[in-house]
Amino acid sequence: MNDITNTPRKPPQTLPRASATFDEYTLSEIRRAAATGIYDIRGGGAKRKVPHFDDLLFLGASISRYPLEGYREKCSTEVVLGTRFARKPIELKIPVTIAGMSFGSLSANAKEALGRGASAMGTSTTTGDGGMTNEERGHSSKLVYQYLPSRYGMNPDDLRRADAIEVVVGQGAKPGGGGMLLGQKITERVASMRTLPAGIDQRSACRHPDWTGPDDLEIKIEELREITDWEKPIYVKVGAARPYYDTALAVKSGADVVVVDGMQGGTAATQEVFIENVGIPTLAAVRQAVKALQELGMHRKVQLIVSGGIRNGADVAKALALGADAVAIGTAALVALGDNDPHYAAEYEALGTRAGAYDDWHEGRDPAGITTQDPALMARLDPVAAGRRLANYLAVLTLEAQTIARACGKSHVHNLEPEDLVALTIEAAAMAQVPLAGTDWIPGKNGTF
Amino acid sequence: MSVLELDTPTGARVVDLSTSSVRELNAALHALKADTNATRWQVLNPRGRHALAAGIDAPVTVEIDGHAGYYCAGMNKLATVIVNGNAGVGVAENIMSGLVHVKGDASQSAGATGCGGLIIIDGNASARCGISMKGVDIVVKGSVGHMSAFMAQAGALVVLGDAGEALGDSLYEAKLFVRGSVASLGADCIEKGLRDEHRALLASKLEAAGILGEVDIGEFRRYGSGRTLYHFHVDNVSSY
Repeated sequence: MNDITNTPRKPPQTLPRASATFDEYTLSEIRRAAATGIYDIRGGGAKRKVPHFDDLLFLGASISRYPLEGYREKCSTEVVLGTRFARKPIELKIPVTIAGMSFGSLSANAKEALGRGASAMGTSTTTGDGGMTNEERGHSSKLVYQYLPSRYGMNPDDLRRADAIEVVVGQGAKPGGGGMLLGQKITERVASMRTLPAGIDQRSACRHPDWTGPDDLEIKIEELREITDWEKPIYVKVGAARPYYDTALAVKSGADVVVVDGMQGGTAATQEVFIENVGIPTLAAVRQAVKALQELGMHRKVQLIVSGGIRNGADVAKALALGADAVAIGTAALVALGDNDPHYAAEYEALGTRAGAYDDWHEGRDPAGITTQDPALMARLDPVAAGRRLANYLAVLTLEAQTIARACGKSHVHNLEPEDLVALTIEAAAMAQVPLAGTDWIPGKNGTF
Repeated sequence: MSVLELDTPTGARVVDLSTSSVRELNAALHALKADTNATRWQVLNPRGRHALAAGIDAPVTVEIDGHAGYYCAGMNKLATVIVNGNAGVGVAENIMSGLVHVKGDASQSAGATGCGGLIIIDGNASARCGISMKGVDIVVKGSVGHMSAFMAQAGALVVLGDAGEALGDSLYEAKLFVRGSVASLGADCIEKGLRDEHRALLASKLEAAGILGEVDIGEFRRYGSGRTLYHFHVDNVSSY
């Protein structure tokens, strides 16, 4: 019989354990910061997990509600934006639009592809910092012209060529922040459109240079209306931070349309710490914006576009059910064009990343030819084929939203309502102001289960 | 009185804003073609209204007899707009071409983001004159307030009087000439020498403003970008 107590052996050791606080990503960022002395700049939206539309579920019709027949009974999707003051409101066939993304950040081919895809589905695209290109205007049947703090490329001819004007106050990825397009993407053409030397970093201002508050904004909107003879709908876009107050003030300032962009909304290039830590989730913003509109008696009179992390038809339907009139997509549209495609896996790895995680869009080396100004890379993106992919994707978003709406008994996607929804988590229930699933409890609204 | 009345002796079209609206004024101006014969316009009783003569795209002259509110002559193209009074915030905002002449003082952000053309201000301009200017030339016969030419990208700001604090902060390629004192320079704005080519440039701006010979060019000092902040670098962190 062996006497195990006399057998020399190493005492048991605990397994190596990574810190939940100092996880591998955090450690790598500390090392990177220590080596470079500069914060990380990247594109894309927040990558951390936050309460999202995934935390909501639809209640399909049973006995208390009567569903519509899929593939038989019509479920309309058209939306009219700018019915408050504009003489020429925008009529979209689907409630999904393309969010503002700049030429400079995106290649000309990418802008053309966005225009082709959106036009094929009867919806709009939006310019961005850098102004309007002929590629975009030429291929977008409906084009929203952004009036940005930087005013790069701003001119009255393009204002008049636009179908709507979006006064950008903020962006979901960086409410209160400006932008930084690094010099490597500033080609002669991009520089010329921005009236800056080629090759230098280009700062986009965080605030408009000639107005400082809602009273000024009201006068600014009046100026834009006067210049365009009150034809164009005027959107006001805010990054979601205080959506209740910002929406109310946008309405007070005369907006036809309010755009609320949640923290999952993307950007071309901003500090990682900003993207992940400033602003509130899209889910949390929608009901606050709708509440402001309802209290002012302006819901459906001033239209609401919601953006930030919209991925599928369920997200579209949930945003509409919570009170939005339309949604806008940015990152998802780029993926539909071909961004982060596994086809270029080897090249993404050569850049130190992988397909699906590439976000250094500001470096201008995008293998997919979308977020670059490199002619050779740009040429990889066929704007016709990419436009078709986007159109397909938009069609799927719409079909998915329709099929959910029909299941809830709705003949128009706008007839979706909060009562069609429940939440999986208390957090989502509180933010969306819908009941926790299986209960009639809406946190903060009633006290019963 | 009708919206628009022809003043026979001067040949000007007269719009009286005591009986007409700003919308009617601007609609009439926007309807003008490049070859219009209605080249002279007079606006009576402006009473500080906003967006007067905004968005003109024709080679006409509009004379505003009184004070203008915000964004007078905004995004002007081709036209000459004269304000016989003071102008509010953002006069000639994003001007593309033509001339805007304020006979009195101008409020904040005069010529903001202006891309071309010329702005003459006979009096003083307040804070942020020429902010983010992108090619416009601005001649201020009086003084300008703080943060003037902030992030100015192109064009020239000529100040015959004094400049407030932080002149030319974060300046790009715009050229600044100040005859009087400068309270302080903003980040990356430095004084530069006044060489012959700069004297010639300054002379051309003064000539365009109709005051060449009235002031001694040698009294001006030139300011421009130090270009040290054109690329983000941690060693410059104290400047950000």
